[in-house]
Amino acid sequence: MKLRHNKNFVWGAAITAFMVAVILVGMIWTPYDPNAMDGGAKMLSPRLTHLLGTDNFGRDILSRVIEGAGATFLIAAATVAIGLTAGLIIGGLTGYYGGWLDEVIMRLNDAVAAFPSILLALVLIALMEPGKSSIILALGLLFVPSFARVVRAEVARQKSQDYVASARLMGAGDLRVLFAHILPNIVPVLLPSVAIGFNNAVLAEASMSYLGVGVQPPDASLGRMLNEAQGYLLTAPWYALSVGVAIILLILGFGLISEGLGGRSDA
Amino acid sequence: MKKTGVLLVTLLLISLLAFLAFQIIPGDPTTKLLGNEYTPERAEALRHEMGLDRNVFVRYWDWLTGFVTGDMGASYSYGMSVEAVMEGKGIVTAALSLMAWLLVIAISIPLGITLARWQGGRLDRVFVAMNQVFMAIPPFFLGILFTYIFGLVLKLFVPGGFIRPEQSLWGFFGYLVFPALAIAIPKAAMVTKLLRSSILGQMQENYVRTAYSRGNSRWGVIRGHVLRNAILPVVTFVAMTLADIVAGSIVVEQVFALPGLGRLLLASIGNRDYPVVQCIVVIIAAVVVFMNYLADIVTQYIDPRIRLG
Repeated sequence: MKLRHNKNFVWGAAITAFMVAVILVGMIWTPYDPNAMDGGAKMLSPRLTHLLGTDNFGRDILSRVIEGAGATFLIAAATVAIGLTAGLIIGGLTGYYGGWLDEVIMRLNDAVAAFPSILLALVLIALMEPGKSSIILALGLLFVPSFARVVRAEVARQKSQDYVASARLMGAGDLRVLFAHILPNIVPVLLPSVAIGFNNAVLAEASMSYLGVGVQPPDASLGRMLNEAQGYLLTAPWYALSVGVAIILLILGFGLISEGLGGRSDA
Repeated sequence: MKKTGVLLVTLLLISLLAFLAFQIIPGDPTTKLLGNEYTPERAEALRHEMGLDRNVFVRYWDWLTGFVTGDMGASYSYGMSVEAVMEGKGIVTAALSLMAWLLVIAISIPLGITLARWQGGRLDRVFVAMNQVFMAIPPFFLGILFTYIFGLVLKLFVPGGFIRPEQSLWGFFGYLVFPALAIAIPKAAMVTKLLRSSILGQMQENYVRTAYSRGNSRWGVIRGHVLRNAILPVVTFVAMTLADIVAGSIVVEQVFALPGLGRLLLASIGNRDYPVVQCIVVIIAAVVVFMNYLADIVTQYIDPRIRLG
């Protein structure tokens, strides 16, 4: 089935494109300065001048949500980049060479994967100082096993294919075969994992920052904002709602893309 | 038997890693304990008193034997033993996780079967359209929504309130219902989807055609033939979700201010109270690993074709 006829993919791509467009615009322009306080405009309900209302300091919630979504998205991207790079190297080498090292690394992988991810992230954060770079590093490390597993399985499957044998006959070295010949062929299998990786990274970052062990003030993030918004649930429910919907849209977009690409969203 | 060996080794590894992890952190616990009274001599004396100057593996062994016998060491920040700090917290997290897990089963099994039975029906179409949305809602945001709708607007419970099981068992469970639902709903969406597609996948098999030809109705085929095959992957998945549910309860305890292990863990991370962090991490990890082990055994029991060795 063509991707553009796949409802999941089309919806996911549309939602993600919308969010990315908003984030990109937010980098050069937001309706208000996200940090500008306005004592005369505290806790305004949504209206034309403030589409999502204002918070307890009179800051424009729409501008803050846009800024927070950008921060969350960047952290997710960095996390996925770390997990994917390390996963490609580890999975590629173990899948290609096999042997006892492969066994050891894969068992270690299983052990890490069996752990509740939040718990592991919390341990790593406890060992470092909470903050933006810690959360990226901790989540990035957590994502290595799942990528390594996918890459390893696929490389192991591809290495007995004819094109690999012919590349070797033409004198290509191991690394060249692995990264120039096999790698392009595993991209289609890797794409759903990347999408679901984004999905999980956004969720993990939002959870950790909500718990107060992720991004620290004055840095923005959707999770942190939800934590603040919870205190004003009775007086300004639109605050928590706007932030929550932004988180859901980010997760939903990537989830649908992964589903459309044929990935398993429970992986 | 081999599985049991792997289980024991894994448990040992987890405890060793958790112990070592908190030994390599930069900074000396004595610095914080002594505070303004810090002098190098005092620090040295305290290190000796706490046994920090001994070999790390000796300390690990001491800690492990203590842990197993219920002597978990002293908390840095509460001025009492770790067991005393944790008292009454474990039951909250355990009850919350178990309740969420049972809710996942209670929601998704009947729902998944119903959807597959009337595939393409109105309910099925609504589910297929909405399912991804439910899976995308983070449990903590669902918790905040519940706090607003059921706590603040409908006043079914007092947000931030809690009743200890000793005071009233029903009250205790009552306060856990909404947190458990917040954890369960996204998971239930996943399990429902898995069961539905597992049943529909089995419906393509040859034995199903045979069952139809004997005059069974669609429901008769599902109930009598398909379900026992279709449920297998679901059982494995449901057993494995317990790990995620325990992790989810760490976050959701914070949303509803429930005094469980998750909340204590976060407070202890904030206080850099490593003995407490270490014990909670090992306990939660051990429970999760043990549950995965049980899941393997159950899977093997209900389907003897699977030999796990």
